[in-house]
Amino acid sequence: MEHLSSLVATASDAIEAAEDIRTLEEIRVRYLGKKGEVTALLKGLGKLPAQERPAAGEHINHARRQLEEKLETRRQLLEQAALAEKLAAERVDVTLPGRREESGGLHPITSTLRRIEQCFGAIGYDIVDGPEIEDDYHNFEALNIPAHHPARAMHDTFYFDASHVLRTHTSPVQVRTMEEQAPPLRLISTGRVYRNDSDLTHSPMFHQVEGLLVDEGVSFADLKGTIEAFLRAFFERDQLDVRFRPSYFPFTEPSAEVDIQCVICGGQGCRVCSHTGWLEVMGCGMVHPEVFGHVGIDAQRYSGFAFGMGAERLAMLRYGVNDLRLFFDNDLRFLRQFQ
Amino acid sequence: MKVSDNWLRQWVAVTQDVQAIADQITMAGLEVDAVTPVAADFSAVVVARVTELAPHPDADRLRVCQLDDGSGAPRQVVCGAPNVAAGQKVALALPGAVLPGDMQIAETTLRGVASSGMICAESELGLVEEKSPGIWVLPDEAPPGEDLRRWLTLDDHTIEVDLTPNRGDCLSLAGLARELGVLNRLAVQVPPVEAVIPVGDEQFDIRVADAAACPRYASRILRDVDISAPTPLWMAERLRRSGIRSIDVVVDVTNYVMLELGQPMHAFDLERLGRHIEVRYAGEGEKLELLDGQQVALDGDTLLIADAEGPLAIAGVMGGARSGVNSQTRHVLLESAFFAPLAVAGRARRYGLHTDASHRFERGVDPSQQVRAIERATRLLLDIAGGTPGPTVEVCDHQQLPVHRRVFLDATRVARILGMALAHDDIVDILTRLGMTLEPSGDGRWQVGIPPWRFDIEREEDLIEELARIHGYNRLPVRYPRAELAPKRVAGDRVPLDRLRHLLVAAGYQEAITYSFVSEALQHAFAPQSTAPVLANPISSDMSVMRSSLWAGLVRAVMYNLNRQQQRIRLFETGRIFEGGFADEAGELTQTPMMAGMLCGGRDAEGWSARRDTVDFFDLKGDVERLIEAGGSGEAWRFETAEHPALHPGQSARLVRDGRCVGWLGALHPRVLESLGIKTDIYAFQIELEALTRGRVPRFTPLSRYPEVRRDLALIVEESLTVQSLLDVIRTEAGDSLVSLRLFDIYRGAGVAEGYKSLALGLTWQHPSRTLTDGEINQIIDNIVAVTAERFGAVLRG
Repeated sequence: MEHLSSLVATASDAIEAAEDIRTLEEIRVRYLGKKGEVTALLKGLGKLPAQERPAAGEHINHARRQLEEKLETRRQLLEQAALAEKLAAERVDVTLPGRREESGGLHPITSTLRRIEQCFGAIGYDIVDGPEIEDDYHNFEALNIPAHHPARAMHDTFYFDASHVLRTHTSPVQVRTMEEQAPPLRLISTGRVYRNDSDLTHSPMFHQVEGLLVDEGVSFADLKGTIEAFLRAFFERDQLDVRFRPSYFPFTEPSAEVDIQCVICGGQGCRVCSHTGWLEVMGCGMVHPEVFGHVGIDAQRYSGFAFGMGAERLAMLRYGVNDLRLFFDNDLRFLRQFQ
Repeated sequence: MKVSDNWLRQWVAVTQDVQAIADQITMAGLEVDAVTPVAADFSAVVVARVTELAPHPDADRLRVCQLDDGSGAPRQVVCGAPNVAAGQKVALALPGAVLPGDMQIAETTLRGVASSGMICAESELGLVEEKSPGIWVLPDEAPPGEDLRRWLTLDDHTIEVDLTPNRGDCLSLAGLARELGVLNRLAVQVPPVEAVIPVGDEQFDIRVADAAACPRYASRILRDVDISAPTPLWMAERLRRSGIRSIDVVVDVTNYVMLELGQPMHAFDLERLGRHIEVRYAGEGEKLELLDGQQVALDGDTLLIADAEGPLAIAGVMGGARSGVNSQTRHVLLESAFFAPLAVAGRARRYGLHTDASHRFERGVDPSQQVRAIERATRLLLDIAGGTPGPTVEVCDHQQLPVHRRVFLDATRVARILGMALAHDDIVDILTRLGMTLEPSGDGRWQVGIPPWRFDIEREEDLIEELARIHGYNRLPVRYPRAELAPKRVAGDRVPLDRLRHLLVAAGYQEAITYSFVSEALQHAFAPQSTAPVLANPISSDMSVMRSSLWAGLVRAVMYNLNRQQQRIRLFETGRIFEGGFADEAGELTQTPMMAGMLCGGRDAEGWSARRDTVDFFDLKGDVERLIEAGGSGEAWRFETAEHPALHPGQSARLVRDGRCVGWLGALHPRVLESLGIKTDIYAFQIELEALTRGRVPRFTPLSRYPEVRRDLALIVEESLTVQSLLDVIRTEAGDSLVSLRLFDIYRGAGVAEGYKSLALGLTWQHPSRTLTDGEINQIIDNIVAVTAERFGAVLRG
């Protein structure tokens, strides 16, 4: 048994000295493999007298377990070290920017139009569209603005010929929809409109949103509720003050301009609201019976309301843009702010 | 319409302050644009009389004035104004006075002579903007010692009302007072107008050729008017506060009556008129020199006042120079007419004019008050400038006057439209105060007589609006519409536009919005083959033609950014393009929604791991494929080699969907880039939105349980052969079990002859219901090799 303890000692030293898994495996084979030295001792047990065999077997097995444990411990240690080394080698700087296509963004006017469409789409308004080159009939006549009507002077119309214009508002879409569909109607139409006017606060092209609701029993109170709730939803301010001022549009009666409490100064008075505390944001009214007459809707049975607003104005107020012209310069430094 | 607050208060006894009045009428639909003080701030300015005048001993241009300032003690002031004279009443700023512009007045000595105060010019008091030539001479009745502000009621405001075109009736004191009266439920004090008894019976011969255009024409001769009589200060001040300059007594009186009653008037110099005048439309080639000196050639639908010699005035717009009142005038003919709105509308604008008269006539003047206005003007003129009045003569065709409208009103309909019932008493009170007559026609129902000045009230809804606005819009209830909540069908075979937009956004594109009109040059550069509608009245030549290609606008946006040191640009836009037009040869107008994009610069944004090369055709095409794939019907689309005038002939493709060309993509033609001064390559696409949004509802195919077979194939073909034509043939030959065909490499170089390329293809088959055998696949490969050899001369690469 002298031999056994020196064998264990030699093997143990070799295990401790092993620097990698392969060396360790070689040591295992050398001592504990089928032809290993410890295994050979076990095989030699048969040559011992029967009464010595149990004790000797016990000794050898003990030595074998000892070596197995040491091998396992060393193996784990080496594996951990190897893993740690690999991990260390694979370390990256996680603060480096990721690899991707840089995102672009939607134009703020598109975002504004979508937002308005969502507000109304969510309660069942259809989104409809119409042509931008309009005939005189749909842009004016059917909206109760006959030739020579003073309201035409307010429109600064772009003409192609005597009877074709660039639409001056999105209201012709109302007419086109009512010509084709029977009430009840709920619709929103957004798009480009054109006025022959260009200065700091006017663009020859801008965007409008038109809304129309026609049904039985629709009243001015419904219009007030709809507009008030919309403006509070759009600006995400539940306490926003909204007021209705009588005004004049040939295609609605009664007609109103809508003012909101200035969203810049909270109604205290500032440059944006001309120190009035109020901002004019849209026009609206009950659909004029003359308009119903043009599209063949029975004005005794049905009533409705219509409203229209400028998207640029709403976008300027919501995003704090201070110059209308920025919307059409398409300066990337501007556009990227709305990603 | 501008009006003095004080003047308004003389008609209606309101007690609230001017801002409250402004708010009140604004909220009644007469939007107040501004409330401005009628005079700048100044203090300690009194009326004084110049008692003596002596030359300054030491200065030629100065004079030493003795003044009676009402205090009893004489006051000495040195004055440099050329027009100062003894006996004048003047505005005297006392020492301690502060004038506009923070000018402090103090006791002083001018060239050795003591001066205690300053005699003021109108401009020094901030009453007029341009510098006055001399001191302000007050009328004789000005009481020395009286505070000037108090005497002139300068603590007054001008209220400027921006009226909507339907409210021509409020272009007068009478109209605004009526509104203020009903809003405050106060009586309106209308100044009485009495007929002036004529002296003699001299009448002027008036002939109205078109009674529909001029249903009523009242006139009166006034002889021996003293045109030099000064306009009384109170009148000049009221005119000034309404923004009207004082001219002479005759013009001032006609303007004053217009402000008061809303009736525009005109005065002719009687001696410069022919024997009769006629109201008629202009004839061919007639010309007129207007009061402002402008010479106009008249159109046939312009209504005129003319005598035998020719035109005298454009009716309801402006008088002519030939017959106008001037400083030599002694006898005048006053005109007070009702011209039909349609006979006047648009005419002033056509001649580049906009006058107080045309503004009112276009909107409608009360057709019942022409005589009243002439009586009022006569009275004022006689009082101020004397004269001998003839009788008022009226030429009137009652058939042609606007009909007296009656509108039925039902209180239950009021309630239905407004969402709230109004008390019957309130309805009657409001409408009566607005000048309407109500004749009951059952309970809560009336026949309402509309006053002649309300051109805007034709039907029940108009009356309901009147009730609503006087009651107050903000006192009306708030409710929400009720609707039947049936789920809505959503088309599953459409690709939402937003999805396409977001695909491009994810690919790095910024959305642009450019003008729909472009310059002719850009239009020609990008769509020379198209005719586009041309604006008759463009804002500038840069924006004169409707775009037939979104590229025309996008390229400007790209250039804008290139000029601002941006190098990597990806922009897209959606919008309509316009083709055809209205000229005979233009073809039918189309307005087609398109989606277009442009890109240039680096393939990747600058970065530590970015690719350093710039974009090329295949980046562009990849983005287009991304859009096409959103529709799920990629097989319906083809990219075809084709030339486009704006694109590089070797890098341009036509996009075809279901056999129809729906778009283009390619590199911009070097010639186009050069003409625009662009030094970088730009790639562009433009596709019909309809084709992109036409999608499909996906259809499930059962998954095969049998193994896939993959074979790779390298074919050498001529350089000029397009991959698409080769793939089309291979796909046909590969049979129905082919599930994937990919081009995974293109090789040129050693082993492949010059002018040839080797295309490496990966083919994958899978049969839905059995395992494919090697024999079958080998057979297919052999066929492919044989057919491509025959069709394209393709050779299998060994």
